Order: sequence, then structure tokens, then C-alpha cells
Amino acid sequence: MSGWGFALAGGGLIGLAATVLLWANGRVAGVSGIANGVLLPQRGDVAWRVLFLLGLVAGAGLWFALQPQAYVPREGFPRGLLVTAGLLVGFGARMGNGCTSGHGVCGLGRLSWRSLAAVLTFMSVAILTTFVMRHLIGSGG
Amino acid sequence: MRELIAALVAGALFGVGLAMSGMTDPDKVLGFLDFFGAFDPSLLFVLGGAVTVTLISFRLVLKRAAPQFASRFQLPEARAVDARLLIGAALFGVGWGIAGYCPGPALAGLARLSPEVLWFLPAMLVGALLHRMVDAKP
Repeated sequence: MSGWGFALAGGGLIGLAATVLLWANGRVAGVSGIANGVLLPQRGDVAWRVLFLLGLVAGAGLWFALQPQAYVPREGFPRGLLVTAGLLVGFGARMGNGCTSGHGVCGLGRLSWRSLAAVLTFMSVAILTTFVMRHLIGSGG
Repeated sequence: MRELIAALVAGALFGVGLAMSGMTDPDKVLGFLDFFGAFDPSLLFVLGGAVTVTLISFRLVLKRAAPQFASRFQLPEARAVDARLLIGAALFGVGWGIAGYCPGPALAGLARLSPEVLWFLPAMLVGALLHRMVDAKP
């Protein structure tokens, strides 16, 4: 299968995962929301979140084990940029109530205008940021 | 118990999908976001594939009175496109565009003990905590 084929099949599996969680538990598969619910527990509903996240890591691990040649680790990316990016992603996802999965996969699936606005915003800002980092500043590979 | 198994299964499918799709490779993600450079459009198929499924399946699932293993659907209730949403999404986009990680793929990177996500993930958690602190102020 080509890269596009894997992308399409992987995307389909992500959609299926979101379907299973909504059908079984009535929950939205937004990774940042699920993780924030573990980090900042509001009610007594931590267990399913932990299991979803463990499943996510295990599922990815299964694929990496089956396809060890498919991935070449990035070398030499500045740690300061990783930390800066992490802070912004964590802060922004909580402020905007969702990330690529919650607003993208689930929100668009529910035909939410709010999620469409969020997706268009973070996609265009990310494209602009990549342009600045790669072509104006020239750091970060 | 059944709802916990369902969460585990959903998480595992999600993780396989992320890794299979290439989303867990930050170079590939930045290649996708590099619209004005060496643009790699393949990741459009990830979102396209996922949303094609959810557009159909969510409609069918939400016709049911309740989920299979829970008493009710718990969907986000906010409707407003407000400054908080757009600023949050914009900050998220800056972070995504800098390093090429969003939360799901960064977590998936734990599966191979990627040194990068061992820097990114703690910072992401601190970012969420920082927002809670700012948010809690009157």
C-alpha cells in the first residue's frame, strides 16, 4: 500500500475508534480532553480515560512493532522548540476545548460549526507557523 | 466493566490508526503543513478518511436513545464561536506548526520511547495546567 493508502486506512481506523467510543460510552474521542480529564480529574470518571490512553499507546506500539522500517526518527530537533510547542499545544487545546481529534474527527463528524471554526483556525495558523519556521527563520528542519 | 473494555478497544484502534496513517511522524506532519514548500498532501487523507467515517456513523449512532454501555450521550454543549475558541485554536496551531505534534500522536510516541515526546508531553501537560490556573482567576 502507498503512503496515501496507509493515510486513508489509518484515518478510517481513527474514525472507527471514535465511532466505537460514541456508540458504546456516549463519549467524544478527543485526545486532549480525555488526557486533561486524567490530569485534572473533575468527577469520578478517570478509569475509562486511562484505558483509552493506554489502548492508544499499545495500538501505536503494535503498528510500530509490525512496521519497524516505516519510521526514521527525527534527529537534532531543538529541545527548546519541543518544549515551547508542547506548552502552546497543551494551553491552546484546553483553551479551545479540543485538538485535532476532538474538533477535527469528532466535531466535523457532528457537523459542529464551532469545531469547523477551530479546525480552520488551527490548520491555517499551523501552515503559517510552518512557513515562518522553515522558510523565514529556517530552523526546525 | 464493559464500558472500560470499550474505551480500551477504541483507544487501541485509534492508536493503530494514528501510527498507520503517518501522523506519528512529525517530519511528515510538517511536510503536510509546509504548504509553501515541499508540500506532502497525504495527511489530508487521514482527516478525510476519519471524517468520512464519522459523518456517516455519528448520524446513525446519535439516532439511538442512549449509548450501549452508558445512560446518556455526553456531547460538548458549547455552540458559540467566540474569542476563547479561536485564540485557543490559534495557539494550538502555533505549537502544532512548530514541532509537528498534536496530542494523540505525541502520546503514541511513548510506544517507542521517542526522546522528542519525552520533552513535548510534559510541556503539554504543564500548558494545560497553566491554562487552568489562568482560567480559574476571577
